[in-house]
Amino acid sequence: MRKHPGLAEARLAPLLLKEITGFAGLSDQPLRLMEVCGTHTVAIFRSGIKSLLPSAIELLSGPGCPVCVTPTAEIDQAITLARQKDVILATFGDLMRVPGSSSTLQQERAQGRTIRVILSPLDALQLAAEHPDHVVCLFAVGFETTSPTIAAAVTEAGSQGLTNLYLLSSQRTIPPAIRALLANGMAQIDGFILPGHVSVIIGQAPYRFIAEEFGIPGVITGFEPLDILEGIYMLLKQKKEGRAAIEIQYRRAVAAEGNERARAIMAEVFAPVDANWRGLGMIPASGLALREAFSYLDAARHFALPYIEQGDAPGCLCGAVLQGIRRPPECPLFGTQCTPEEPIGACMVSTEGSCAAYYKYGGRP
Amino acid sequence: MCLGIPGKIVSITTNGLAAVDFDGIKREVSLMLCPEAEIGDYVLVHVGFALRRLEPEDAQETLRLFREIEESYREETPGAG
Repeated sequence: MRKHPGLAEARLAPLLLKEITGFAGLSDQPLRLMEVCGTHTVAIFRSGIKSLLPSAIELLSGPGCPVCVTPTAEIDQAITLARQKDVILATFGDLMRVPGSSSTLQQERAQGRTIRVILSPLDALQLAAEHPDHVVCLFAVGFETTSPTIAAAVTEAGSQGLTNLYLLSSQRTIPPAIRALLANGMAQIDGFILPGHVSVIIGQAPYRFIAEEFGIPGVITGFEPLDILEGIYMLLKQKKEGRAAIEIQYRRAVAAEGNERARAIMAEVFAPVDANWRGLGMIPASGLALREAFSYLDAARHFALPYIEQGDAPGCLCGAVLQGIRRPPECPLFGTQCTPEEPIGACMVSTEGSCAAYYKYGGRP
Repeated sequence: MCLGIPGKIVSITTNGLAAVDFDGIKREVSLMLCPEAEIGDYVLVHVGFALRRLEPEDAQETLRLFREIEESYREETPGAG
């Protein structure tokens, strides 16, 4: 399925850019737009949109890369889990290289721990079924896009009668993080490019506070270059008209009401809990913990995993980068001590981290 | 991490799994979160689950945007452009 006919796309992009440039010219100060989602960060860099925009528009990356916001303490928990006897740790590949306080999952695997990279949470169920003499622990990170799939896998494990599967939940939800970012007032943000696929699940309503309480417009945006240009166009149009509302650009995938069934499964399995975000600290009701009815699956409880808080590496500015307060090249470690090959901060580890995107697509010091 | 990939449902088995064609590569996908999807539908797939049926792409949408921009020109910059 082609999203836009090629010819129309070729004609529309310059038109949109011209409009965007016109809008930007009306503002007497630079406009700072934050893309919350790591997938947007990569799409913006890869497409070269950043270099096409007028200099009056600055794009900031927010706290929307699940790997980047997972605190060291939770990586340490996963490592502790992987070191248990007869445990198979199942996790998404993005997490393998994230530094814990003294090791990474990749290093642990090299030392002989059984760590399996999975592409779907259902793969963890299959591992459990294939290895009845082992305990399979699913280390789950992700936002609302991923959480319903984890919840679905949990209920599916129940119906399959698996007794050797546990979950280490390190999941986060997006709206509380945006609220925390706005409430501390440190990042000046004029508009939000809101995450397309998180919104497929949660819909439009959970973002309303951004416009209603903080007077900032937001546009739920898709991931094609033209989607992003249109999202920026819609944001600037709101600015020009003096409006602040939450609008949907990515209409082919996002319904205003989101996916109610997915949210129902999520709510059946998980309850909101306060959670620690790398760089942002503790954010109320921003994490997802197993509800009591499913707590027998809780790996942290079953293995009595300690939670030992760790600071960021000395000099690392991941925290300020994730809040849009500093840009990656402003970090003293960026590109010198901290590179994608030997990352120090999580924003350089994940391909969706803004430091890794800056490093790969330009902006090296 | 929130990548979603569109694919077309080729067949559906009784246990809520579908074979989905991603530009020639076929994968098994769970319809648990999107049970209304039918054979022939395009779905947005994330980590092995269909999250939503995609609306057939409308050239209408693109045309709407063209018209909107054109109109803004007519209103505000008469004779320009």
